[in-house]
Amino acid sequence: MSAVVRAGGAAPIERLLKRNEFYLAALIFVLCVSITAANPSFLTLANVLSFLKTSSVNGILAVGVLFVLILGGTPDVSFTAIAQVVEYLVVMATLRWGGDIPLALLGACALGTLMGSVNGFIIHYFRVTTIVVTIATLNVYYGMLYVLTGGNVIFVVHPMFKQFASLLLFPMRSANGAVYGLSLMPVMWLAVLAVGWFILRRTFLGRSIFAMGGNEVAAQRIGVNTLWTRVFVFSFVGLLSGVAAIAHTAIVLSAIPNIIVGHELEVIAAVVLGGASLFGGKGTIIGTFLGVLLFAVLKNGLVLLNFSSYWYDVTIGVAITVGITVSAYQQLRAQRSRVNVKVEPVVVP
Amino acid sequence: MDDFLRLTAIHKSFVGAYALKGVDFSVRSGEAHCLIGENGSGKSTLIKIISGVERADSGEMWVKGARLAHPTAAEMIRQGIQVIYQDLSLLPNLTVAENIAIAQLAKSGRPLVNWRTVREIARAATARIKVDLDLDAVAGELPIGLQQMVAICRAFTSDLRLLVLDEPTASLTKGEIDNLFTVVRDMQAHGIAILFISHKLNEVIDVADRVTVLRDGLTVGTLPRAQLSNDKLVEMMTGSPLAQTRLRRAVGRKKKLLEVRDLSKRNNFADISFDLYEGEILGIAGLLGAGRTELALALFGVSPADSGTIAVEGSRRRIASVQDAVAAGFAFVPENRLTQGLVLKHSVAQNIVTAVIGRLVGRWGMIDGSRRDGLVARWINSLDIRVAGPDVAVETLSGGNQQRVVIGKWLATEPRVLILDGPTVGIDIAAKSSIHQIIRDLAARGTGVILISDEVPEVVANCDRLLVMRAGRIRFEIDSTAATDAQVQALVEATA
Repeated sequence: MSAVVRAGGAAPIERLLKRNEFYLAALIFVLCVSITAANPSFLTLANVLSFLKTSSVNGILAVGVLFVLILGGTPDVSFTAIAQVVEYLVVMATLRWGGDIPLALLGACALGTLMGSVNGFIIHYFRVTTIVVTIATLNVYYGMLYVLTGGNVIFVVHPMFKQFASLLLFPMRSANGAVYGLSLMPVMWLAVLAVGWFILRRTFLGRSIFAMGGNEVAAQRIGVNTLWTRVFVFSFVGLLSGVAAIAHTAIVLSAIPNIIVGHELEVIAAVVLGGASLFGGKGTIIGTFLGVLLFAVLKNGLVLLNFSSYWYDVTIGVAITVGITVSAYQQLRAQRSRVNVKVEPVVVP
Repeated sequence: MDDFLRLTAIHKSFVGAYALKGVDFSVRSGEAHCLIGENGSGKSTLIKIISGVERADSGEMWVKGARLAHPTAAEMIRQGIQVIYQDLSLLPNLTVAENIAIAQLAKSGRPLVNWRTVREIARAATARIKVDLDLDAVAGELPIGLQQMVAICRAFTSDLRLLVLDEPTASLTKGEIDNLFTVVRDMQAHGIAILFISHKLNEVIDVADRVTVLRDGLTVGTLPRAQLSNDKLVEMMTGSPLAQTRLRRAVGRKKKLLEVRDLSKRNNFADISFDLYEGEILGIAGLLGAGRTELALALFGVSPADSGTIAVEGSRRRIASVQDAVAAGFAFVPENRLTQGLVLKHSVAQNIVTAVIGRLVGRWGMIDGSRRDGLVARWINSLDIRVAGPDVAVETLSGGNQQRVVIGKWLATEPRVLILDGPTVGIDIAAKSSIHQIIRDLAARGTGVILISDEVPEVVANCDRLLVMRAGRIRFEIDSTAATDAQVQALVEATA
């Protein structure tokens, strides 16, 4: 005898329509079309490459936030402070001792990893909520930076950063004679996205992160090493903060001690809008990419349409509110329309 | 048949208190063995020892005639012993395929995941128990019965010899239970032993080849299938024959408390009409998914009905929210006391006063402390809640005492109509009968009680009148003082 039970599967097109990424991509498309209609200079290769470059810092940081959100619990907010400290120290160190970009990147990653792992150990051993621990470490790292450096702005960085920033793949010349092309910062972003995707999708470590986000006790019973997985995630956030610090230095070519801190919410919002759940266990690399891209398009579009830059803050707020309410509403509606009981149509007493 | 697993003289104590005081126990290959006992009898501890999660203080464990020197969790899994806990330990956000294969992936120690291998492992496991699951479905979105099948499939990814199921039927529908037992019998036919824990004696009698009864950390005895009977098992569990007395009370239908007419809610229930009289206990029986709980939630305004009328003592009431229901004099003890009825970390006193806190406000808008303490003391006494004091956190109480706290919380509102949904789920037999006594006392003092239960004997023994629900409708109304358990059970399970 056999029990045959069938759970309803969904057709591929239905699955696509259920996905957050589909709507996000559609929204970006609509935005691009409308902004271009108002100002045709939006959809030029030069402009697209330019805003990809400026959003690469947020893009790299967003991958770290995605990992933390999938792991579950509240978001990490200390990553900007880590990037800030790493940036300042790397700029100081390279000014004093010289070096080259690979070495600076290596140092930045090592320092970032160390600072991130502290979060991981505290959260694991003391069972404190991520946001509480990282608010504390944000203040410790950021405060220490000011204490040790006096908060002075470094206006001139080592020339290698400028050299790095001017390296262009596919250099082109625009009509008015300016040279443009694909700079290396978006390439770093792309590489981080690829590494993130590979870890999440193709490694047992990545699946363990999802498993812990879904049900930590069950993950532990299955044989997931929860300590190592958690410490990895927070160290990885630190490492990406180091990568972002190098990209940021190459873009701004200075070290201002309060320029990165304060952008936490913008990054977290992009990841949440990209479909990562604040309740853990859910999120994708492509969604995170689209979330960052949406904000980049918005920011750039507002500038091209001559809106005040404060409107950007407003749109971020509105975008978060809309993103969260839409997903909550979908959940609510699914709950309401759920069939609890198959009510038979005719009464047969 | 040979013993697959044998335990001799197992002792285990936790901080000075004995949990097991010399348990002897064996499971044969291919048998369905059932473990029963009241709360605190040591069942859970025994399961933990069998799974290797806990080490026994003394005693020996043998698998296939060989003594285990180091019965760790990894060693028990290596011996082919797998435990499925009540929570199923699934990863709700991952697909069925990954849920099934992940334990194997963890064991292999390979850092990379090959999705084709994942599917192959999952397909092989589903084929073993002949269940056709959608491997791409997200596990958390499946009905609980299918989730359980996923957990069983996962157990099958290793070389399975003994499957331990902790209360596997607690939240399944009748159809799902039938499926589960079909799978269990098929596994038995392949020589796999099943050990399961259950509170439902009729189910135990149906399925088990042998039953072992635990009481106070000791094995009372093991009975073969032929000797199983409800009375015998109850006697072994409680230590004394418990008279399942039927309450025969003449209810003078003097005053109509509640009149429900044509209550309907889409996808939940339809055309519900009934009356409830002062001092009456009205039972609502039906299988999981018959619409009983949904009806209770609508009456209490948690998820209000779409149409129909509710009248209390002759005047029509609109029940669109819990506040409306409380104002109408309703009280509701929900099915899941842990998540819906109690704040576990709060004290007994805090929990008892939550529903009436507004009435305790004294001068200057402050809570009147002495009135609060008086109220708490009164309900702790009259419901016989066994606690060291009113400030003890509710989570430290036994299931039976927790349920008394929930009842006390609602009785404090002095309700005219008390709705109880599964009031004795997961409570042992002694505590059960004392809760039944509380319910009957309440009715004797004039409260109208609606008692919803999974267990037919419970409603038949306690109710004056019984409604049988199926597929969202009331199918039968019975004078339950004249019906037998078997008759009612037949009406509940009857299809079409």
